[in-house]
Formats: sequence, structure tokens, C-alpha cells
Amino acid sequence: MSELLAMLREQRQAWRRRVLAVTVPIWRGLPGPVQALLRWAAVRWRGVLAALVIGFGILLPLFFSPTSKFMNTEILALAYVMFALGLNIVVGFAGLLDLGYLAFFALGAYSTGWLGSTFFPKVSVHVLSYTPPGVPPPVGIHFNFLLILVCAALITAAAGAIIGLPTLRLRGDYIAIVTLAFGEIIRVFALNGPEIKIAGMPLTGGELGVSGLDFPHLPGVGTFTQLQLRPWYYTIFVLLLITLFVNVRLRDSRLGRAWVALREDEVAAVSMGIPLVRTKLLAYSVGAAFGGVAGAFLASFTTLVDAGQFQFAFSIFVLSMVILGGLGSIWGVVLGALLVANINYYLIPDVLNGLPGKLGLNFNLTDLQISIFGFLLVLVMVLRPQGLIPERRRRIELEAGIGETELEEPAT
Amino acid sequence: MARKVLAALRRYVGRWGLLASLLILPIYFLIHDLVSGYPGFANGHATTTHDLTSLGQNLVQGISNGTIWALIAIGYTLVYGIIELINFAHGDVFMIGSFVGAGFWATIGLTLATGPLGLVFGLLLTLIVSMLACGSLNVLIERVGYRPLRNAPKLAPLITAVGFSFILQNVGLLWRGGAPSGVSDLIHQNQAVFNISGVVVRRADVLAIGVTVPLVFLLVAFVGRTRRGKAMRATAQDPEAARLMGINVDTTITLTFLIGGLLAGAAGLVYALYETTIWYFQGFQAGLIAFTAAVMGGIGNIRGAVLGGLIIGCIQVISDNRLKPEWTPALVFGYLVMIMVLRPRGLLGEETREAG
Repeated sequence: MSELLAMLREQRQAWRRRVLAVTVPIWRGLPGPVQALLRWAAVRWRGVLAALVIGFGILLPLFFSPTSKFMNTEILALAYVMFALGLNIVVGFAGLLDLGYLAFFALGAYSTGWLGSTFFPKVSVHVLSYTPPGVPPPVGIHFNFLLILVCAALITAAAGAIIGLPTLRLRGDYIAIVTLAFGEIIRVFALNGPEIKIAGMPLTGGELGVSGLDFPHLPGVGTFTQLQLRPWYYTIFVLLLITLFVNVRLRDSRLGRAWVALREDEVAAVSMGIPLVRTKLLAYSVGAAFGGVAGAFLASFTTLVDAGQFQFAFSIFVLSMVILGGLGSIWGVVLGALLVANINYYLIPDVLNGLPGKLGLNFNLTDLQISIFGFLLVLVMVLRPQGLIPERRRRIELEAGIGETELEEPAT
Repeated sequence: MARKVLAALRRYVGRWGLLASLLILPIYFLIHDLVSGYPGFANGHATTTHDLTSLGQNLVQGISNGTIWALIAIGYTLVYGIIELINFAHGDVFMIGSFVGAGFWATIGLTLATGPLGLVFGLLLTLIVSMLACGSLNVLIERVGYRPLRNAPKLAPLITAVGFSFILQNVGLLWRGGAPSGVSDLIHQNQAVFNISGVVVRRADVLAIGVTVPLVFLLVAFVGRTRRGKAMRATAQDPEAARLMGINVDTTITLTFLIGGLLAGAAGLVYALYETTIWYFQGFQAGLIAFTAAVMGGIGNIRGAVLGGLIIGCIQVISDNRLKPEWTPALVFGYLVMIMVLRPRGLLGEETREAG
């Protein structure tokens, strides 16, 4: 055994010598400032990578037509990244398995429907909203787009705390079923909303949905239309950057550590003085708020609050993004959500759909879409159960043994 | 003083709240039927009747409906008890059971014209076939999707379960199309078998109860009395210790999935005969309801799953007939949340490893 290890080590060193023989002269030949830059980049590689990704995100729309299907998919995908990051706070950081995330999608979408359309025709409220000159202001409640996003965050955060309350005494998968139950209750309310009247006006549009939502109007940008996808893209991109920043700061904050402590061992965490109720409810609220903002954006983007979208399958879809990417790992979740959304909305229906026909097979790939997606889920999980980019803390735990042996190796 | 009153109130609610919340619907309609009566139709004109026949009818239908949920819920509860996995594919295995059953009886030539003897034997054969199909399907899923993830993070198998659920749904979608399709009403499910003082028991009710009760008794006897059953209970309690005691944990888990699949297959056939319409999405809805039933009864507990199934069946039928059918899911899940608040371990819940 030890001979084998020695042989392997020798081989590795031989390779290292060969690589160094090529790279060292190149390195020496580089001018001083370039060396310094590369050195700096090697130390701060995370920041450099983040800057590169953000730059790529900013430049991406310039390479595609502003009405292309691809841009449409990317806007959807970025909204889903936001959903996934919100769910990651609840499931990944705090370890509370939430199967009712569609509740927050629905509430966020209805915030747009309620506060930015002609859905309540008996009242006429305008808050900082934009009406084109020469047109009489429309009936209904009309808030400014940014104000709607803030309201959506507040409404869903409150709803998150309310849904969280009954789960406080529960553990493990009982939380999953109670959140699932709330999701289903919200779905039923969305579908049967027309039966509930507030001041003679229905609560939701039922199966018809709420249509005719206001187009967002931002100062300096003008009114967004469906024909120009770039403003939508940059809006969700900026929202996503804010989400990412908040997520990273939260993860490293006192609250974030409290969540992880609760996830790892509830009894120990509480006995160390972590307030159980407040910490758990905050996890639900913060996670829900991101879902609400993404939902409000998505409703505004599709100009329709479609009650048919609020299915349990949505919760599962977002959860699969989180787990596929790596539970609790922010960058993993971003990657997982981008991959899953692109595969599901672009790759299978648009890019690969003609493939069987080209191979002479007589079927459409869209018929098999859900099973291809299911098969991919099974495949990725079996091959990489810890997710694509596992959380650092978890990776350290998993590899603890290996790290120790490497430290004990004699220096050569 | 106020604190004392609050504490007393809390104790009171803790002891009786669950019972009260479960009985509130039947008792409300009992009083309602007796006092203000319910509309009926007799001898050609509308009548108002003051008796309990209607409520009894609801309960009979609810119980027979609930037995189907109970069969599926047992599969959930067994699997959860032993590997702590919410087996999302289970509802879709049940759906495949319905499809296999309906396909098989059409293949062997059972029609509405088949005589009673042929029908009984044909359906027994169909029952065995769809049970075996679902059992082996469930074992296959466990082998491919869950066994490689035995030591993986806890939520990884959940996602493979979702993956298999999607695959099975796609199979169902390609098999019978996207819309609910009718199957031949072989047993004339709506025909009355007997009549207890006005409460009609239909053939469908007899079938559902007649298939479920023996199966549940067999299962309870198997888990409680045999060596294999003992191995299952031991593994559920502590897999590591069970392994040390010489139990083959992998075989035991396979066996659990086999049993869950067999019961789902039986439920699938009964459902097809009971409802006479099947479609690819039924498994998803049934899975949600059955999982709710399993949790309501206390997950990991067979009797709890049966009890939860029956309760949900009754709530559904009462809500469908007396209130508005489109609000039924909200009512069922509202009940679930209430039970979870009042009794966080479910009705008959016991200590499980994680959800203690």
C-alpha cells in the first residue's frame, strides 16, 4: 500500500517538474506589472470570477436580438434564480424544508395584480404612477413599479411569518407537509377567489387570472413594453445583484450563523441562547420576501397573474434547483437555477426539439419533456448527491479526513 | 390569575381541541339535518327530511373513499418509517397501477357483458397483476434512485423521487393522453348492494372496503408477527443496530418498497373501478392526499395512516356534498394544519428517529 502511494507521489512530482519546466520561463518572461496583476488575481480569484460573471451578465443582451426567445428565457431564468435564492434561505440555511413556496410566488404575483392594474374598478388610487399625457387616469389601484416590488416583499414577508408560526413546534418533514398544505390552501384561494368579495369586488380573477397589468415605468428608462426585452433583463439583473448581495451578507451575519446553528442542532443552538421563534420566523420571512419580489416581477413581465401557474409543481421545480445546485451554497443555487430553467424552458423545447426528426425518429421531444427533466434530476443526484457546488461548510465536513492526512504528509 | 386561566385553557384545548375539531363537521351537519332538515325528492315533489340518512350516506361513502387513500398512505408511511424519505413517486406508482389494471382487464376481455364468475376471477387476476406490476416498479425505483443515495445528504433522494414521479407521469401521459378517460364500469359501481334504514351501500363501497380490510390485516399481521416484519420494525428503529444484529438492511428496505408498491397497485385497481375515470395526473393528487393522511395519522405508523385516510375520505365527501367541492382541498389541508398545531406528531404518532 505504502509502495503504491510512494509511486503515485513520485509520478505526481515528475509531472510537476515537467509542467514547471514549461511555465516557469513563460512566467519569468512576463513584464512586472502583468506578474503583479496575475498574482493579485490568483489571490482574489473569487472576486475576479464574480466580476467576470457580472460583466458577462451585463454584456449578454447586447449579443442577442431584444425580442429573441433566448432573451425571454434568460429573463425567466434570472427570476427563477431569485426564487431559488429565496428558498435557499429557508431550506438551505435554516434547514426548514418548505414545500409551499408557490404561496409566495402567488402572493407576489397578486400584489402586482392588485396594486398595478384595473382589477379593482370601483376605486381609483394612484401612487407615483405614470399616466401618458392626454389620457384620463385609469380606474383601479396603480402604484409605481418599484413601490409594488416593495409592497410585494412586505406582504410576502408577513405571509411567510404567518405560515411559519404553526411549524415552530414541528420538526423535520412535518414542516414540509404543513408548508405544502399552506401552498395548496393559497392555490385553492387563488382559483376560487372570485367567490370572495371585498367591497363588492372579487379577491382574485380565478382561472381567468388578472390581466391587463400596468407596464412598469421607470424614470430615465420610460415604459417597458413586451417588444423591448432589454429593460426587463436589466431590471431583473439589478434585482438579482441586490438579492445576491443580501444573501452573501446574511450568510456571514450573526443571523445567518444562527440559522446554520439551528439547522445543525436545534437543541444545542437554543441552549446557547439563539432565540428560536425569532430566528425561524425571520428565515421564513426573508426567504418569502425574495420569492414575493420575483413573483411580482414575473407577473409584471408576463402581464398576467395566471392562477393556473400556482401549482405544487412550481415549489418542486424551485426546490430541485436549490438541491441540484447545492443546498445552502449561494453560487451553487445560482448555477442550479440557471441550468434547470434553461434546460426546461429553452434547451428541451427549442434547441433539441427537432433532434429526433433529424435522426429519422417520428416523435417530438416536447412529448418527453417532463421525463427528460425527471431523468436529468435522477442522473445528477445519483452522480453528485451533494449538489453541483456544495456549501463550503459541508464540503469541509465531508473532506475533513482527507485534509488532515495531507497536512501530515512530510514536506518535500 | 390571567396566566392561570390561560394555562387551563391551553390544557383544555390540548386535550379536547383535536377531538372537537375532528367532530365539528359531522356534529354540525347532524344537528343541521335534525333541526332544519335537508332537501330531498320523493313521490314527484320536493321534500324536507329530518333524519340522519344523508349523513350516514356521506360517512359510508367517505369511509369507502378513505380506504383507497389509506392503501396509498400505508406505502408512504412504511417508506418514511424505514428510510425517512418522502417518496414522491409513490402516487404515480398508484396511477400506473390504475393504468395497468384497466389495460389488463381490457386485454383479457372483461367487458360489461362478462358473467359474474368470470368477472370475479378476471378481476382477481387483474388485481394480482397490477399489484405485482406496481410492486416491482417500486422496487426498481428504489434500486436505481434511492439505494445509491443511502449515505447522501437527506434531501438528495427527495429529488430523485421527484424525478421518477415526472418520468412516470410522462409515461401515463403518453399511455392514455392528457385528458381524463373513462374505463368500463365493470362492477356497476353505483348499484346498491344493501340498504340499512335508508343508507345505501353501493357496490363500489363494498369493493373498496372488501379489498382494503383484508390487505391491511395481512399487512399488520406480517409486520407484527413474522421474522421479516420484525426485521422491518428493527430497521425502522435503528438501521445501524439492525445491521449489527445480522439483519440485511438492504433486503428489508427492498421488501418495504415491494409491500408499498403492492398496496399502491391494489389501490390503483380499486380506484379505477370506483371512479371509472383515470388520468395521468390522478397519482399526483392522490399522492398529496395520501401523504397528508399519513402525516395526519402520525408518519411511520400503519394504523395512523389508515385512520388518517378514513378521516380525509369523510372530510372530502362531506365537503363535496354539503359545502362546495372546489373548496375541498383547502378544507382538507386546513384540517391538516389544525391537527399539526394541536398534536405535532399526528394522531397516533410515536417517536421516530428524526421527527421526535
